[in-house]
Amino acid sequence: MKALKELSGVAAPMPMINVDTDMIIPKQYLKTIGRSGLGKGLFHSMRYNDDGTDNPDFVLNKEAYKDAKILIAGDNFGCGSSREHAAWAIEDFGIRCVIAPSFSDIFYNNAFKNGMLLIRLPQEQIDELTEQAEFGSNAVFSVDLESQTVTAPDGKEHTFEIDDFRKHCLLNGLDEIALTLEKAQSIDQYETNTNNAHSWLNPAAG
Amino acid sequence: MPSKTLYDKIWDAHVVSTEPDGTCLIYIDRHLVHEVTSAQAFEGLRLNDRPVRRPELTLAVVDHNIPTTDRSQGIDDPESKLQMDTLAANTKEFGVEYYDELDQRQGIVHIIGPEQGFTLPGTTVVCGDSHTATHGAFGALAHGIGTSEVEHVLASQTLLQNKSKNMLVKVNGKLPAGITAKDLTLAIIAHTGTAGGTGHVIEYSGEAIRDLSMEGRMTLCNMAIEGGARAGLVAPDEKTYAYLKGRPKAPKGADWDAAVAYWKTLHSDEGAHFDKVIEIDATSIAPIVTWGTSPEDAIAITDSVPEPMSFSDEHKQSSAARALEYMGLTAGTPMTEIPIDKVFIGSCTNGRIEDLREVARVVEGRKIAPNVDAMVVPGSGLVKSQAEEEGIAAILKEAGFDWREPGCSMCLGMNPDRLEPGERCASTSNRNFEGRQGHGGRTHLMSPAMAAAAAVTGRLTDVRTLDTAGAPA
Ligand code: SF4
Repeated sequence: MKALKELSGVAAPMPMINVDTDMIIPKQYLKTIGRSGLGKGLFHSMRYNDDGTDNPDFVLNKEAYKDAKILIAGDNFGCGSSREHAAWAIEDFGIRCVIAPSFSDIFYNNAFKNGMLLIRLPQEQIDELTEQAEFGSNAVFSVDLESQTVTAPDGKEHTFEIDDFRKHCLLNGLDEIALTLEKAQSIDQYETNTNNAHSWLNPAAG
Repeated sequence: MPSKTLYDKIWDAHVVSTEPDGTCLIYIDRHLVHEVTSAQAFEGLRLNDRPVRRPELTLAVVDHNIPTTDRSQGIDDPESKLQMDTLAANTKEFGVEYYDELDQRQGIVHIIGPEQGFTLPGTTVVCGDSHTATHGAFGALAHGIGTSEVEHVLASQTLLQNKSKNMLVKVNGKLPAGITAKDLTLAIIAHTGTAGGTGHVIEYSGEAIRDLSMEGRMTLCNMAIEGGARAGLVAPDEKTYAYLKGRPKAPKGADWDAAVAYWKTLHSDEGAHFDKVIEIDATSIAPIVTWGTSPEDAIAITDSVPEPMSFSDEHKQSSAARALEYMGLTAGTPMTEIPIDKVFIGSCTNGRIEDLREVARVVEGRKIAPNVDAMVVPGSGLVKSQAEEEGIAAILKEAGFDWREPGCSMCLGMNPDRLEPGERCASTSNRNFEGRQGHGGRTHLMSPAMAAAAAVTGRLTDVRTLDTAGAPA
């Protein structure tokens, strides 16, 4: 995974609640067997008109936000399906950090596995950040993972919580599978123990 | 020993190792795989030269983008075909068992796991699909994962996890006659909201839950994810054992006895701590339908389309206004006056034999309304053949339903079955998100009996009043 230590850039405000994975990336993009190039499908039905042209009212189509690196969203962002395509699409568009009051569990996990940082802040702080993000390209936000802070354009720092292990993996861009496979002995041991105690766990050859 | 919840017990039995911050490496007993979320995971294994650690613990099936018409002559859509062929090749290369589109055991991934006895109480079950929560009906800790995690499980048979909180949803009393697990699960989400379960594993208990059949419990747990929960659980009991006994992949002989003895320990202890407790009165639940674009937008069929300003929170007000516009509905319209164009019976929520029996019971001797297109998509090849043997298929066809081959079908419209822009559907699936069943399509979620009633009258209908409101043939 790509490491992420700090990030600064314009933040796109998207104050909608329950932005679901079908909105983030609709199913016609799920037929790929690759991971890349999904940025063009991001927020498809809000971003494009029926004839395929850009919807000028959608935030990411506005000049100020075309290069947004951060998204400031509403409660329960990423709810719905487990499609990692949602994280791939956001990352492919160039956004590596989403700030919201809460995220769905699966989306939250998926995003970190792809070198993205998701930040949970209370609704009042999100409202403040959203307001400032509305100033567009003049409003630059900085995020620092080491110190767990978001600095808003007005200079105010907002501290966020994150699990140590997640933070460690993201700061160092670690491959979690390789890390886990280093624990092969513990896994072997676990399997031996359960096989002795619970042989019924082995599926019958049906 | 301290009192433990059912979730605590399953969790503790699966911890392989723990990081200093509490993140755990959890052993995975059962892994289900389908064509849409696995290709990149197998590719990752190949790139890193890693094998599948225990191929016999993974079962693969094609379901999401397969057409539900005759498949014996091959698949037309080149992208779908590529995904299916990729899964076939990957499972062959890595030694994983695979049910292809012509296998009678093929079906929706969450239907075939239980059907084959692959899903068992006390196990951890994962799949690259959010409705993996379904398997919680057996007292299995089951949740959806992303593709990176699919790869992690294939390579190591484990997952890195943080323990969720415990939530109890206790449903007291008995469900009134004609009220089903689908009404119950929608009523619970309407009560808790789609984020109400976030960060929690829900255990469902109480008289109404014990009374549900295994299939009803699957419908209930299937939608735990719609309430934001990581997983839903029902403690196993005699019904669970009876359902599983003799299934192809279930334990046999002495293993079966040992398994049942262990399963009997799988319940929350007296006095176990829950971080959140919600009590629901089953006796007051009416048939439920959704009016908006989130499963929490659910009300009784006897209600009217709500007024956006009636919600207290401003974010809810704006999302309700947007939902009404998308759905083409006016506040104040009685739900029973909303005409429909299509009916979809199927999905991992309601594509099992009991669901089809319900539909047949409602439509027997009736015809579907002339303005309605209605399809029934059995959840698996085995459900399909059982329904044909029981005479259900004949009743449905006689009423005017289209009888299809198994798959996810119009639950998500990745295959040829989908809504056209503006079409309105009475659907037994689980998501009414914008565009979910097809671009611009309008979905009303409900139970199979309610969808059957809507098929007969051509509008949303309270199934309890069908005899007077319907148009019997
Ligand atoms: S039926 Fe629908 S919800 Fe279930 S697995 Fe298929 S697409 Fe997902």
